[in-house]
Amino acid sequence: MLPELGHFGLILALVLAFISATIPLYGAWRDNPRLLALSRSLSFGQFIFVGFAFLTLVIAFVTNDFTVRYVAENSNRALPLFYRVCAVWGAHEGSLLLWVTVLNAWIAAVALFSRSLPMKTVARVLSVMAMINMGFLSFLLFTSDPFLRLLPFAARVGRDLNPILQDPGLAMHPPTLYMGYVGFSVAFAFAMAALMGGELDARWARWARPWTIAAWCFLTCGITMGSWWSYRQLGWGGWWFWDPVENASFLPWLVGTGLMHSLAVTEKRNTFKAWTVLLALSAFSLSLLGTFLVRSGVLTSVHAFANDPARGGFLIKFIVIVVGVSLFMYALRAPVLTSEGRFELLSRETFLLLNNVLFFVAMITVLMGTLYPLIIQLLGMGKISVGPPYFDSVFVPLMIPVIFLAGLGPHCQWKSDKVVSLFHRVRWVLVLSFALMVLIPLVAVKTFSLVLAVTLFLVSWLVLTMLYDLYAKAKLRGGYRALNAGYYAMVLAHLGLAVCALGIIVSSSYSTEKNVKMHLGDSVNVGQYTFTLKSIVPLKGPNYTGVTANVLVTKAGEFIANLGAQKRNFTRDRYTKTQAAIHVSPFRDLYVSLGNPIGTAWGMRIYNKPLIRFIWAGGFLMLFGGLLSLLDRRYRLISNTQEY
Amino acid sequence: MRAQRKQRLWFVVATLTCVAFAVGLSLYAVSKNINLFFSPTQVVQGKAPKHHLFRLGGMVKKGSIHYADKGLEVSFVLTDYKSDVTVHYHGILPDLFREGQGIVTQGKLNNKGLFVASIVLAKHGSKYMPRVVKEILYKHKGSSHAT
Repeated sequence: MLPELGHFGLILALVLAFISATIPLYGAWRDNPRLLALSRSLSFGQFIFVGFAFLTLVIAFVTNDFTVRYVAENSNRALPLFYRVCAVWGAHEGSLLLWVTVLNAWIAAVALFSRSLPMKTVARVLSVMAMINMGFLSFLLFTSDPFLRLLPFAARVGRDLNPILQDPGLAMHPPTLYMGYVGFSVAFAFAMAALMGGELDARWARWARPWTIAAWCFLTCGITMGSWWSYRQLGWGGWWFWDPVENASFLPWLVGTGLMHSLAVTEKRNTFKAWTVLLALSAFSLSLLGTFLVRSGVLTSVHAFANDPARGGFLIKFIVIVVGVSLFMYALRAPVLTSEGRFELLSRETFLLLNNVLFFVAMITVLMGTLYPLIIQLLGMGKISVGPPYFDSVFVPLMIPVIFLAGLGPHCQWKSDKVVSLFHRVRWVLVLSFALMVLIPLVAVKTFSLVLAVTLFLVSWLVLTMLYDLYAKAKLRGGYRALNAGYYAMVLAHLGLAVCALGIIVSSSYSTEKNVKMHLGDSVNVGQYTFTLKSIVPLKGPNYTGVTANVLVTKAGEFIANLGAQKRNFTRDRYTKTQAAIHVSPFRDLYVSLGNPIGTAWGMRIYNKPLIRFIWAGGFLMLFGGLLSLLDRRYRLISNTQEY
Repeated sequence: MRAQRKQRLWFVVATLTCVAFAVGLSLYAVSKNINLFFSPTQVVQGKAPKHHLFRLGGMVKKGSIHYADKGLEVSFVLTDYKSDVTVHYHGILPDLFREGQGIVTQGKLNNKGLFVASIVLAKHGSKYMPRVVKEILYKHKGSSHAT
């Protein structure tokens, strides 16, 4: 009974979305306050019905209701309760329902935290979001209904959740990623509302900014956790693959990062308006493209479950409509968005513009590499793949100026600055960065390479410019407490970038990786560490069996750790998974994973990865930066009813 | 007005330079990193490049996996039911590498016409056959054996 009610809830939500997409918009056009006032309650209504539908699916999983096809295909009685709940979004239909639920959560959040905005703007924003909601609810109902029954031939035990997804990381990774993806729909809706109304000023940017930052935070968190998860789960220590599905989440992140910076200029200096709107439109369009790539089955990947051409067709039409309509509106209205703030060639504005250009170009290069194989295949010109070397060789050079400018930009004045005085401000930092670039290899690392030199210079430069800027600004304003949360957020996020960059370069250039064949009692030296295979014992879990290889790690005869690397065989679908054993410390990871058996011996991967934790630490620093900026009093969403 | 125009011009020039630079870099990188996909039959017919990386897909032939006595050397035969190609690989095989499993490898042909793989991919469980492999298997067998 419940699944039918859930299905019905989705239909009701679709009806409400249709009303919300039309009536308040008409009210905004006709200046009818009674029609405008409907938009908030309609938004809460959509959220309640979709939330209810989601809840019924969760209940179906928890109670092992295998009469529901989706539950039968993706759950199992032996599956622990925690994974049964996560299995809700373990495959196509459910993860799409999660997408829609998240969208409705954002809709409700906008309806709730928009008391300080003019009712017309709120109505327009919520209408645009309701239109998106309509698209995805129809997609869900017509092509991917999770509530279909398997009657009268219900399954008795159910298949299993894809074993690779049976990890705590799955609990959080898709929901946070979706919160980020879908969160850009708010910025999109704000941009569309501004285009409809023809008004776009500093106030608009102030409203749109916290929503963009919130979405960006979720996306940053999702990407960082996804990377950490693949490092632990895929069994060979990779943390980023330039897999099309990863790129799908990275593309909106790149544009979203640009958008955050561009919004800062629009808010503070009342300029870059048309550009900001264009970025807001592209960020969400890329989120939709990402959804298409993952959900349509055009890609084969761990993430892509669907293989139904109808779904791809529906999504591509939806994307064409969204992009087409928004670009049409943009072309029609962008000339109205004149910028008032003037600035000179050397100014903070220029640096932020360069940031935008670089991030946009980086996005284009990643997009090219992602779509190229698809286009070639569509044109019937053969089957190709574009590998990580492409992305490494294109993306990394673009990040060099990004890091350099991230340090220099904040030192520059708004509006106009002098080359001499800018240089004067940063000259000691520059000297010190060069000194560190030479000293660290000489004293500490004792190796030298161009990559290391460039990395050390850039990282020292970014860290030192940020710390020095903090010191100088605090002195100027009279103390560290006089600086606002937004400023600290910038410093924190830029430091995160430095930490992340250091982790990426050092761990990928200075890791020691050995793939070896080991018999019981064999020892291998990796760096200063000795790894000895002590025993291989059988393993039994709730829904799998396997073996554990116990490896003793010593350093100069001293005990470091006992690592138990596992090989798990999932009984239901003959699936094998490698569970790596990792000894974690802040400055290096020791990574052991079990390969394939070769007679009585085992193939083993043994890695020493320096500074790999810095990658995720940097990601989380950026995230904290974003969260901190949400605390800035300028964006207090609930209480500042007084302004304007 | 003039200052504004100058500014716009500068913006356009900066953007175009950046885009041109990135596109140039991308095209160069793409041209170096494209890996074409071939089936065993195409390799046997000599259609695959001699000294360039490419991808080879097929089914691991039953009883064809041989491990070396020492180290991680392994060889196996990939088939599309019409032609066979022997693949050499040094490294750890992925979890889902099995006899009768459709897989994709990436590597080069050496002077003796053996395929030396640097990457072996078999990441899509028993339910999911890599699509490119499925297609070539269907082509030569024309039965449901490939699924």
